[in-house]
Amino acid sequence: MKYTGGHLNEEQLLDYRYGDLAEAKATVEQHLHECENCRASYESLLSVLAMVEALPVAEPGPHFEARMWNKIAPRLQRPGFDWNSLTAWMSPKHLITYGSVAALVVAAFFAGRSSLTPKVDKTGTPQVADNTNPTTNTPGQVRERILLVAVGDHLDRAQSVLLEISNAEAGGKQNPEVDISQQQERAQEMLVSNRLYRQTAEHSGDNAVASVLDELEPVLLEIAHSPSKVSGSELEELQRAIESRGLMLKIRVLDSTVRNKEKPATQHSATRGS
Amino acid sequence: MIRMDVGDAENVALALGGDQDAFRVLVERHSRTLFRLAHRMTGNEQDAEEVVQETMMRAYRRLDRFESRSNFGTWLYRIAVNCSLDLMRKRRPEKNQRQLAKGDETEMQDPLDTAVSNDPGPDRLALSGELGKQVKVAMMALSPVERTAFVMRHFEGNSIEEIGETLGLGAGATKNSVFRAVQKLRQHLAPLVGHGHARSASGEI
Repeated sequence: MKYTGGHLNEEQLLDYRYGDLAEAKATVEQHLHECENCRASYESLLSVLAMVEALPVAEPGPHFEARMWNKIAPRLQRPGFDWNSLTAWMSPKHLITYGSVAALVVAAFFAGRSSLTPKVDKTGTPQVADNTNPTTNTPGQVRERILLVAVGDHLDRAQSVLLEISNAEAGGKQNPEVDISQQQERAQEMLVSNRLYRQTAEHSGDNAVASVLDELEPVLLEIAHSPSKVSGSELEELQRAIESRGLMLKIRVLDSTVRNKEKPATQHSATRGS
Repeated sequence: MIRMDVGDAENVALALGGDQDAFRVLVERHSRTLFRLAHRMTGNEQDAEEVVQETMMRAYRRLDRFESRSNFGTWLYRIAVNCSLDLMRKRRPEKNQRQLAKGDETEMQDPLDTAVSNDPGPDRLALSGELGKQVKVAMMALSPVERTAFVMRHFEGNSIEEIGETLGLGAGATKNSVFRAVQKLRQHLAPLVGHGHARSASGEI
């Protein structure tokens, strides 16, 4: 936050305390010297922070390090091998998600192969693909469209979770907490596919998709790691995380772009079928 | 053979090659610092010890992901922040919050009772008793993210960017978390200012 003079609000006073108004230090000092109200507010802030600082931190006993090692040593396996992470990835939920994405990639691969395979006429002569025909899809296009459909569906699901969180309200004193367990579960499931789609988009050079999925990931992570029942302030925190990045708008725009790219394939299929 | 004279990066390389003594050196070198950080975040000794153990276990499992150019202490520190955050979220059932609001300390060990602090100064003496309990209640009333952001900012001197990177939050959200934490602390504690407490040199005018 910038400071150009005048009374200091609480955020500016905090910025000043943490050295974030260094470029305006002299101006702030001058104002605090002259303005009794701002000075009182700043002194109150410092007093509260000093009270918190004075809270003692426990010092572990003299043999703490040895005790820690004795507890850790029997649990050590091969370094660099994350059993917990592997176990988490092998959970039924992740396997289903992983399997669906893998099936999709395989489908995209075979769709590409079948388009690559030259058609053979009655005499056994391979036919050259007709590149002038607008209904003929190259393998790359087929693969891209399969992935586009999947990414589009993924974005729809993400939008739905983010919208539900954004629109949620804590119910006042009687019901101060909000149950987000369903959204949390969906966010957890989406994390796996989000990573895979992001990596695929990065490999294929689709920076727009990769960038939005990259921004979506920490928000999904935040939702997935929240308690299943969040307080009003925690809910606001999640809502701010969604709003501060303008994520909803970015997802909506990308979703619409992705859906538009899908349309030609759908239209061509309809033409062929008639 | 204990390699206390060897640097962190060398010990990491040795540990990756299967030398558990090298990892033991790292555990013994960094545990105490991690404990202090975890204690500030979790508010009690048992949880702080659990965080240190979990941090070291996670670090060991992910040792191959540590880049030798980085600082091992900083890398551990980030893991410890996330372990503390996970534990605080796990430990935060609604009843705990209600108990804290009432000042019921049955689920939290009192660091004021267990601390083995050296020569308590006037601030610490002033914070004994009811005032210290109120400060603890105020700290524990912060959400896990707020408390983490505040501890990293105020006690560890991390920048907003560093905190955001560790917590996976943008700069705006990170700054808001620190601000909200300080606002809540002020709401709880400002009325107590002047009750047997002299301001220490935490800032300047």
